[in-house]
Amino acid sequence: MGIDRRSFLKIAGLSAVLGIGGGSVTDLLVNKDVEASEAVCTENALHAKRWAMVVNVKKCSEHKDCKKCIEACDSWHNIPNFHNSKDEVKWIWKDDYEHTFPDQECEFMSEDIKKAPFILMCNHCDQPPCVRVCPTKATFKRPDGIVAMDFHRCIGCRFCMAACPYGSRSFNWRDPRPFIEKVNNNFPTRMRGVVEKCTFCVDRLADGLQPACVEACPYGCLVFGDLEDPESEVRKLLQENVTIRRKPELGTMPSIFYIV
Amino acid sequence: MIEKALKGSPRYWGWIFFLLFIIGIGFINYIRQLHYGLGITGMSRDISWGVYIAQFTYLVGVAASAVMLVIPKYLHNYKKYAKVVLFGEFLAIAAVIMCLLFIVVDVGQPMRMMNIVFHATPHSVLFWDMIVLSGYLTINIICGYNTLIADKKEVPPPGWIKPFIYLSIPWAVSIHTVTAFLYAGLPGRHLWLTAIMAPRFLASAFASGPALLLLVLMVIKRVSKFKPEEEAVQSIAKTICYCMIMNLFFMGLEFFTAFYSNIPGHMNPLKYLFFGLQGHDMLVPWMRTCIFLGFFGVAILIVPPLRKKEGFLAVACASIIGSTWVDKGVGLVIGGFIPNPFERVVEYHPTFPEISIAVAIWAVGALVLTVLHKLAVAVREQEMA
Repeated sequence: MGIDRRSFLKIAGLSAVLGIGGGSVTDLLVNKDVEASEAVCTENALHAKRWAMVVNVKKCSEHKDCKKCIEACDSWHNIPNFHNSKDEVKWIWKDDYEHTFPDQECEFMSEDIKKAPFILMCNHCDQPPCVRVCPTKATFKRPDGIVAMDFHRCIGCRFCMAACPYGSRSFNWRDPRPFIEKVNNNFPTRMRGVVEKCTFCVDRLADGLQPACVEACPYGCLVFGDLEDPESEVRKLLQENVTIRRKPELGTMPSIFYIV
Repeated sequence: MIEKALKGSPRYWGWIFFLLFIIGIGFINYIRQLHYGLGITGMSRDISWGVYIAQFTYLVGVAASAVMLVIPKYLHNYKKYAKVVLFGEFLAIAAVIMCLLFIVVDVGQPMRMMNIVFHATPHSVLFWDMIVLSGYLTINIICGYNTLIADKKEVPPPGWIKPFIYLSIPWAVSIHTVTAFLYAGLPGRHLWLTAIMAPRFLASAFASGPALLLLVLMVIKRVSKFKPEEEAVQSIAKTICYCMIMNLFFMGLEFFTAFYSNIPGHMNPLKYLFFGLQGHDMLVPWMRTCIFLGFFGVAILIVPPLRKKEGFLAVACASIIGSTWVDKGVGLVIGGFIPNPFERVVEYHPTFPEISIAVAIWAVGALVLTVLHKLAVAVREQEMA
């Protein structure tokens, strides 16, 4: 069969275009140092139909300087510290009432509430906009309600960051590894170019442990449990207290409740 | 055919090498970005999309605007556009290539980009954006290439490309509608949460793209023997004028809804962009210039004696390109992130590497456009000979 110069160039061009896609395949085969860590459930793993958390702001504001939950999360999840807000990665942090509930501001509110610390993290929405927009299913909702992340599938398009109305997501703007103070080998470190956020400690739940922040709080301000179980502690707290959620008008149905 | 692009004056080659130089600088910075991460840009946790996605959005509009020539030519058989429609299609090709490059440089893990295909997710608008953009590129390559070859052989284009040409019309609308949906469906980003995002995008696109095309045609007129017909130029100018008026009208509608309803969340991004918010007003001069240039361009185009003078027409086109570029390529994306979900203002300062990468992608587009238009001009000159 004869092939003229023109057909040859066409075939060569097409092969080159296809070759670009092939790169990611070789990437998968060669790059052995990053392996997906799949959570393997042990016998005493904790299960729920819909995990949720109640944050007792009343109790928490009695200990304004306490940062134990944040420190526990940071060290368990290998959160880097860049000492600047531009590169910042955070899973759990504190803010004030005005900025936590910007749509429910009231200038005549009591000083206690205005100054109270509000613990913020991913809301693990029942209708998560981040999951809706993710083009690769790298962020997904598990049957137990947890909005989880696959750091190895994320392409870093940051559509989820634009979609999250709670500012709960962080991006690795640069290699985080040199900025981790002490590496915890029980949890993977991340590479630059991927998004991350609070995962409600899916890995710890699989081992039968409470989330790191809940375990670390000495005052029981963070209560974790099954929202679908009427006997659970979170349901009891929701029965006995007035609670609010962030931006309920957006229909995301957050799983974090605040007792104020 | 391609050999026509390899023969040119020293000025032509000078321009090509100038573009290659710009692309080279950008490429070096892109390598640096790959090595360091996107932290090399001015983007942050609060402003998570910046120059790249903004340019992408603007250029989707330029790409879609080819339809403003295709509709009159192929649906209404408007013969005056016969010689220029090819230039519009080639502009669309160059614009889509730039769009795709802006996406590639914006993702944190470009090596994993095929995950969008491997893990296809139809509930993500980005998945559909990939489909419509690559489809639009393919359609325009098919139509443009075959029209070019047919023109060269001085025969009518083959009949089988007709369906592709008709398909390109709704497809052009789809690329900018889907791109608007990237923004318009996100809860909590008040500036973007507007049902007229897609019509606004289309109006500004149908003004900015043809304006860019007219400027390019003016350059071509000076450097080649091909002279686009005056009636065609004037018709394009009228299209630009109507679409720009619509665009300004739509912008006014956004102001009415936000400020008459008096809802703080809806007012705040507009306040930030046009008046300053919480003491931050970095973009105010930009946005006011955008409005001024928009009205200024329309004022020239709406008066026939002014529009017919080439100098004025060029100024009007440049003003409208400037206005729509600031609106979509600066204000829209950044304004969507300010204030942030905590109603705090965190500003965004693009860095040198980031700008040089963006400029390099524009240069790639200019290079593609130059080569394609060189081919088109060669065919037009051959017709005249």
